[in-house]
Amino acid sequence: MDKVKVVVGLGSCGIAAGAGKVYQRLLEINEAEGGLFELGKTSCIGMCYKEPLVEVTDGTGTYLYGEINDKRAEEIIEKHVKNNQVVTELVEYSDKIGGKEQDFVDNQVKIVLRNCGKMDPESIDEYEKRDGYKSIKKILENNISEDDVIKTVLDSGIRGRGGGGFPTGMKWKFARGYKSDEKYVICNADEGDPGAFMDRSVLEGDPHSVIEGMIIAAYAINATGGVIYCRAEYPLAVKRLNLALEQARKRNYLGKNILGKEGFNFDLYVKEGAGAFVCGEETALIASVEGKRGMPNKRPPFPAEAGLWGKPTNINNVETYANIAWIILHGAADYAKYGTEKSKGTKVFALAGKIRNSGLVEVPMGITINDIIFKLGGGIKEGKKFKAVQMGGPSGGCIPAELGDTIVDYDSVNATGAIMGSGGMVVMDETTCMVDVARFFLNFTQKESCGKCTFCRIGTKRMLEILERITEGKGEEGDIEKLQELAAQIKDSSLCGLGQTAPNPVLTTIKYFRHEYEAHIKDRKCPAKSCKQLITYMINEKCIGCTVCARVCPTKAISGERKQPHLIDQDRCIKCGACYDACKFSSIDKL
Amino acid sequence: MSCREKQQQIKETVSKICAEFNNDPNELIAILHKTQGHYGFLPKEVQIAVAESVGVPASKVFGIVTFYSYFTMEPKGKHPVSICMGTACYVQGAEKVLREFESRLEVKNGQTTDDGKFSINTLRCIGACGLAPVVMIGDKVYGNVKPEEVNNIINEYS
Repeated sequence: MDKVKVVVGLGSCGIAAGAGKVYQRLLEINEAEGGLFELGKTSCIGMCYKEPLVEVTDGTGTYLYGEINDKRAEEIIEKHVKNNQVVTELVEYSDKIGGKEQDFVDNQVKIVLRNCGKMDPESIDEYEKRDGYKSIKKILENNISEDDVIKTVLDSGIRGRGGGGFPTGMKWKFARGYKSDEKYVICNADEGDPGAFMDRSVLEGDPHSVIEGMIIAAYAINATGGVIYCRAEYPLAVKRLNLALEQARKRNYLGKNILGKEGFNFDLYVKEGAGAFVCGEETALIASVEGKRGMPNKRPPFPAEAGLWGKPTNINNVETYANIAWIILHGAADYAKYGTEKSKGTKVFALAGKIRNSGLVEVPMGITINDIIFKLGGGIKEGKKFKAVQMGGPSGGCIPAELGDTIVDYDSVNATGAIMGSGGMVVMDETTCMVDVARFFLNFTQKESCGKCTFCRIGTKRMLEILERITEGKGEEGDIEKLQELAAQIKDSSLCGLGQTAPNPVLTTIKYFRHEYEAHIKDRKCPAKSCKQLITYMINEKCIGCTVCARVCPTKAISGERKQPHLIDQDRCIKCGACYDACKFSSIDKL
Repeated sequence: MSCREKQQQIKETVSKICAEFNNDPNELIAILHKTQGHYGFLPKEVQIAVAESVGVPASKVFGIVTFYSYFTMEPKGKHPVSICMGTACYVQGAEKVLREFESRLEVKNGQTTDDGKFSINTLRCIGACGLAPVVMIGDKVYGNVKPEEVNNIINEYS
């Protein structure tokens, strides 16, 4: 019988949750037991909320164990590996016996994430075993022409997964159309939207699929060189990419006369960013690759005509490239089977915020927001009420719970005022203040504005000041209208996507949560009880006079005799909430 | 060491780093990454040395250093505390965690403690949203951090 296989998920999330220690412990056990089982590594499995994860594969099936620590690892080895007793209470998912998280797994369709969490990302052999590099071989062995490759991509209907949703095949067609002795392909791995981490997971979990996608793009547009522009904040992704590139070069997937195809020369390297959100914009990204300040340039000319070093360049993001090899291998029709009329295929979403199952999911386009949040995401944490979901990061907007039946495809999401973006979904509950969320995003875009366009540079600053005023309880009549007016001007007068979309979080929250803005301005109240300056703490009749609150109060604002109800001096209260957290008798109200 | 000697030393170190990148001005970002990795930060003298080695005006180097948030002209603490302020971390209470670090270490965001041991800064999303709120100290990542755990975390380094 084959040895039992034990695999640990070692993506960034897993490592942060302690998976490195679990792996070490398993290594020690295995050594002590003389190689009882086969120990392996993989990357993000997607179930971030159950990290660290360990998967055991024996003769009967696979069993994914969640929330593993040293002790539980020992228990699993002792019971499952040695004595064939599955530790059922720790199983999250199993193809044999189901498990607690079956809904999370069963509702997904994995194309982009086909290999993530299924193989060792540092092994090219494992990638090849899972159909890796078969697509580029298929193209070269069957002499499929460049135009036919582009046609397949066009027919598949895939649109850019970085946010804009421009048809990928069209982009390739344009880049192919321009004649030049040098052409480039660039992979945009500057995943900047806070709350989105799907690109990181793909780069860490399946770097070869991105590289293969880029090789195919290079073939289609006759590119001579390529760059993967990756965030410096993702050190593990950079490391695995560089390793994968080295392996691919050794097997001649990169280099001169690739796989024996005369004249097909292409190589790639990784360029690290240095922390600038605007570099996700393609012209700014190109400037940054060239070693300059990452400031956007006017389009046209589009990069397809004059991009990196002024040469025709094709830019796609990580998720888009990760789809390509699958599309070539399985055909356009198989891909177009999934999705809606205008948005084909699948989309990866990063679920985060007040959601029970935060993690990575891949679903066919056309599924509803409610399905994602409740079926896959397991609903809201601590039984609270679903209020809104933020999609598209700082360029996107908040979709309220009432629109939960909206299906996710580019056009339906755009119609709400949000955008699909790169696929971050940050879920908010009743305790999240929507004005504060708008302030948070504007604070972000204001800081990240490169400063080239006046309206983006100064207009966002003015909007931020108004929002700060509102959340501090100093809002004025007419502030909402001022915000709307500034928003329209910034949208009209900014060169790049950053400025054009920066007001979206404010506009969507005004559209759907205007009453919250009004409550802040007119009643000086924060309905979500989140804005500090607008909260009043009061002691109610349940107070038994235990004096705990008086002791934790940093400003000595609480007075009262022992065993007598206490009182808060509102003038001295700094609204830190220490008393509220300390009270064991729910006798402090937040108003 | 005299000022002149110190400057000479910086020049030598920097020119070695720049040579690894063929003194190519297009590689300025990579050069600055490496230089910051060596010194921990990028003071004026170092930027001037980079500019001289690569053959561009110092203003160009300064422009890049100030544009990208990864580069810093202030020395960081021995244990840099980075608090993620991505959306997911924010809605999960990252701000409270930041305030707690600030009050425990008695420095504000962006500053370094007097003994040079700790510095605090905030980060854009580091992509570990499933574990929000997230704090990094050096390369070590702490997930699901609660304000009441901050003291224990700091104590690990004292």
